[in-house]
Order: sequence, then C-alpha cells, then structure tokens
Amino acid sequence: MSDIKEIGCEEALRRLFEYLDRELDGARHAEMEQHLHTCRACYSRAEFERHLKGKLGAVGKEPAPPEFELRIKNLLRRF
Amino acid sequence: MTDADRAFFEQEITGLLDRLYGTALRLAKNRADAEDLVAETVTKAWANFGSLHDRQCFRGWLFRILTNTFLSECRKTEPASLEALAEAQGEPDEEPAFSLFDRLHQPFLLWWGNPEQEFLNKVLQQDLQKAVDALPEVFRVPVILCDLQGLNYQEIAETLGVPVGTVRSRLNRGRSQLQKALWQHAQEAGLKHAPAADKESFHISQTGEHHERH
Ligand SMILES: [Zn+2]
Repeated sequence: MSDIKEIGCEEALRRLFEYLDRELDGARHAEMEQHLHTCRACYSRAEFERHLKGKLGAVGKEPAPPEFELRIKNLLRRF
Repeated sequence: MTDADRAFFEQEITGLLDRLYGTALRLAKNRADAEDLVAETVTKAWANFGSLHDRQCFRGWLFRILTNTFLSECRKTEPASLEALAEAQGEPDEEPAFSLFDRLHQPFLLWWGNPEQEFLNKVLQQDLQKAVDALPEVFRVPVILCDLQGLNYQEIAETLGVPVGTVRSRLNRGRSQLQKALWQHAQEAGLKHAPAADKESFHISQTGEHHERH
C-alpha cells in the first residue's frame, strides 16, 4: 500500500469515469477512494455520476414483448 | 453439443433476453429491426458456441456478436460509417467535457432544492433513451456497451476493433454529449413545470424567464 499517493481534485475528476467503470488499477483506485473520503465536492460529483450511470444501466433493459419472446423460444427449440 | 450445452445456452439467452432486446433497441432504434437483430445474434451465437472456451465470458461474447451484427448491417447501407464519423468528429481531443453536475449547480437554479437529487428524481427513462439515441453512432455504440451493458474497456475495444485509448476517448466525448443533451432537456422541463409555461405555450422566446423564477 506504500504506492498510494495523495491526489488533488483535478486528478480525481480526470480519473472519475475510469473509477466508476472499475478500470483503475489497485493503487490508482485506492488513491481515488481516499480522495473521495476526504473531499465532499468530489464525493457529491462521484455519487451523481454513479447514479446517472445506474439509471443508464436500466435503459439497457427492456422487457421483450410476448410474441417476440415466443419467437426466440421457437428459435432455441430448433437448435 | 451435449444436452448440458444446450441447456446452458438456452438458460443464458432467456436470462439475458431483456438486456439483449434493450441494447438492440438502442442500437437499431426501432422494434422490428431490434427483434431481427436479436434473433440473428442468437442464431450466430449458437453456431459459434463451440468456439467459446470460457463460459464466464458468455455475456461479453454475446454482446460482441450483437454489436458486430448491427455494425455489419449498417455498413451494408452506409459503408464504413463508424470510421467516417470518427474521422469527421476528429479524435483524440482534449476539449473539456460537459458536466451536467456543474450546470445543475449554477446559482440561478434555486427552485431546485438539491439540484442533482432533483434531477435524478425527475429524469425519465425515456429522456435517457432519447439522449442516447441522439448520439452520433461513433459515440453511441461505446456508451451503450459501457453504461447500458457494463462491458469493460477491453471488451469494447475488441468489439469495435480499436485500441483501448480510443474507447476511452470516445466514451468521454459520448458522455459529454449525452450530458449536454440531458441538460438541454432539464432546462426545457424546468420551464415546462413552471406555472405559466405549459407544453403548448412553450416557445424558445420564453427561455429568458428562468432567470426570474426564484
Ligand atoms: Zn476533490
């Protein structure tokens, strides 16, 4: 854990989306978490982006209409 | 294929159908094409199922087939549309990203008590859909794969056949445009919710009003 450096708001904002996308490596992720624990401004921003991303995730899910579900079931049956 | 393979495949497809369909709708933007796209994806996936070695990767693999099927379909009609668009939009770029959060905190928006919470409470599924649909395809596809489906950058890079750095830059620009569209929508919605401005009487000329409504 000795690799963890203190980062400022500018760096935290630059890393924000990669952090939310879970694309940061261990040390950079930990630095980000540490900053968010101590900085209210960046924490609020991160929470907002996290919620927005969550809402977008729900957009990617749409109940398949019954006729279409049947079409896929029939398709699977033929395999 | 054994019966166990067949059962696994069927169970995965059934479990992911709402996600496949939701993604196909955002890619194709209409129900008929979205349904054909999913059916074609399922057929291709079954035909290639034997070549998938790690079943932990099924989901990413399936969405890759879906995306590539969509992209090859649209390339038939508009050749190399993605590359042409990427070229036209220019990349990579360092222009500052549009931040919806910062806009929501502008001081004149006082009628929204906690602006970001208010926004999150009010924004509708269909507002988000519209904002995604309005993105140019070169940004829409990575945003769909990342934010709507949760694929990682490496999976998106492999799907699109571009480096991870390109994925990152297209995501940044896509999100920036998405937030700008949501901000424009929020402004209109704010005006619409104000007493004097119902849907029918809303005109661009009234946009100045929001400065006075505290
Ligand atoms: Zn900060």
